[in-house]
Amino acid sequence: MGTYIIKRVMAIIPVFLLAALLTTGMIHLSPVDPAEAYLSAAHIEPTDEMLAQKRHEFGLDQPFLIQYVNSILKICQLDFGISYLSNKPVWEEVSYRIPATIQLALGSLALAVLVSVPLGFLAGIRKNSAIDHFSRLLSFFGASIPSFWLGYILIFFFSVKLDLFPVEGIGTWQHLVLPSVTLALPLIAMYTRLLRTSILENLQQPFVLFARTRGIKERTIMVKHVLRIAISPMITGLGMNLGKLLTGTIIVETVFSWPGFGRYFIEAIFNRDIPVIQCYVFIAAGLFIFSNLIVDLIQMYIDPRISRKEGHR
Amino acid sequence: MITSIRKLFINQKVIPICSLILGILFMMAIFAPWLAPNDPIAVNLVYKLQPPSWEFPLGTDHLGRCNFSRLLFGARISLGFAMLIFISSLVIGLIVGTFAGYKGGWVDQVLMRFCDGVMAFPSLILILGLVGIFGPGLPQVVLALMLVQWVYYARMFRGMVLSLKEQNFIAAAKISGSSQWKIIKNHIVPNVLPPLVVMGTLEMGWAIMDISAMSFLGLGVQPPTPEWGAMIHEGKSYIRTNPALMIYPGLMIMIVIVTFNLLGEALSERYGVKRDFKKE
Repeated sequence: MGTYIIKRVMAIIPVFLLAALLTTGMIHLSPVDPAEAYLSAAHIEPTDEMLAQKRHEFGLDQPFLIQYVNSILKICQLDFGISYLSNKPVWEEVSYRIPATIQLALGSLALAVLVSVPLGFLAGIRKNSAIDHFSRLLSFFGASIPSFWLGYILIFFFSVKLDLFPVEGIGTWQHLVLPSVTLALPLIAMYTRLLRTSILENLQQPFVLFARTRGIKERTIMVKHVLRIAISPMITGLGMNLGKLLTGTIIVETVFSWPGFGRYFIEAIFNRDIPVIQCYVFIAAGLFIFSNLIVDLIQMYIDPRISRKEGHR
Repeated sequence: MITSIRKLFINQKVIPICSLILGILFMMAIFAPWLAPNDPIAVNLVYKLQPPSWEFPLGTDHLGRCNFSRLLFGARISLGFAMLIFISSLVIGLIVGTFAGYKGGWVDQVLMRFCDGVMAFPSLILILGLVGIFGPGLPQVVLALMLVQWVYYARMFRGMVLSLKEQNFIAAAKISGSSQWKIIKNHIVPNVLPPLVVMGTLEMGWAIMDISAMSFLGLGVQPPTPEWGAMIHEGKSYIRTNPALMIYPGLMIMIVIVTFNLLGEALSERYGVKRDFKKE
């Protein structure tokens, strides 16, 4: 088990190096010169001299390999450079906005789990019942509604018509309700579907029959045996979808004027604020890698067969 | 209502109904210039925010442009570019996938690891990263979508080439003297078509969703071009006084995506294609 964890953590290193390579290489692919972008963001008329000086400052006149190594060292110190627009360190700006995004993401993740686990479970053990049909309808429409539109429809009904929740902004728990629902609906759709399928598959397994012949109560079999095993694909789904959740926050933050990281990133795209774009892409990649690691470790904890299998490879 | 939907599925009526709806939508897109009662980008502030009338069937927006005409022209962009993305990523995927499957060895390994990397990474972040580099605009979004989507086709075609290389009926056809062209036409194409149709159908829905999402963020189609996502973006300021401005385009997006998803699901059920080879 210990070796498995070490192996799994070691596997992160090449992916990290690749992500750093991508973020460094991004500048060179861009049709816009960073030095020019910087000067135009600062409203300075660029001269050749200033451009050359800025390029030197950004280290763009050095060979690519050196730039790459430098950027790895900088990233390790959480130094993502200085925002062209505000002239403050990018990390400072980002760490100021991240809590709002995390609050939103955790809120909707909790909502998604609270709704989809019972719903998927009941839909799975009562196939073709009313609740099963409901869950399928919900997962179908949840996957088909564009979230930016859903956000405005919710605002229209619950804020404008019924005046139950604030239209935009951050602060009280009421501010969190509509954005979380908007962000959670596609997740609910996916997890309900995943859990339902997984429960249906596991009900066919011999261990269910065996438990029944042992005379264990049906309720105990379902909750302690079937649900425990069947929830595993859903956990994988949770980890795989943290990236989706992150992109979801971009849209939801824009709709609800939520002062988070996603909106900051969109503004950075418009302002050609390259260090911020690089930082976002790198953090997204990092989050994605990290969440997959956590998911693997949780799964190993739930189902020890995995680490044994991998350990012998 | 739910049981009646189920009946539709059982009786295999979903496929013709969805195809009909899509047919109508494509007709709307193709014949938009003749069907539209007004110019979709002609600004006329005298007629701004009009209720529905004979002249403007669905009213007008904040610049006095005809909503109905804009929706029709919006169908052109959504469906047209989704088609373009579908076809081009299909072609790239076909070339790379068959090449990898045919060659095998390290070429195959490298290409497939690359595909794994792209597939594992959330596609919208890749798209946003690319748009971040190249700047906002529809061509960038379409290019980014293509660059992300082709890997799924590449994997699919590679898998097919590999399994077909091993199949006995191909060897039998070769031995019995069928020409190369005949083998492709009679044996390979019928095997490749069903999963391709299913995947293409679902793919179109996703592409439309992504294009409209990017346009909504202001990174894709730029105003005044009529596009559904961009129309929601423009209409959102009038949510209190004229909610219809953002409800119509959203409904259009939803109808199109629901139809593509339903059709994809029904087709995969009919052909017995496993559906979750992507994004699930």
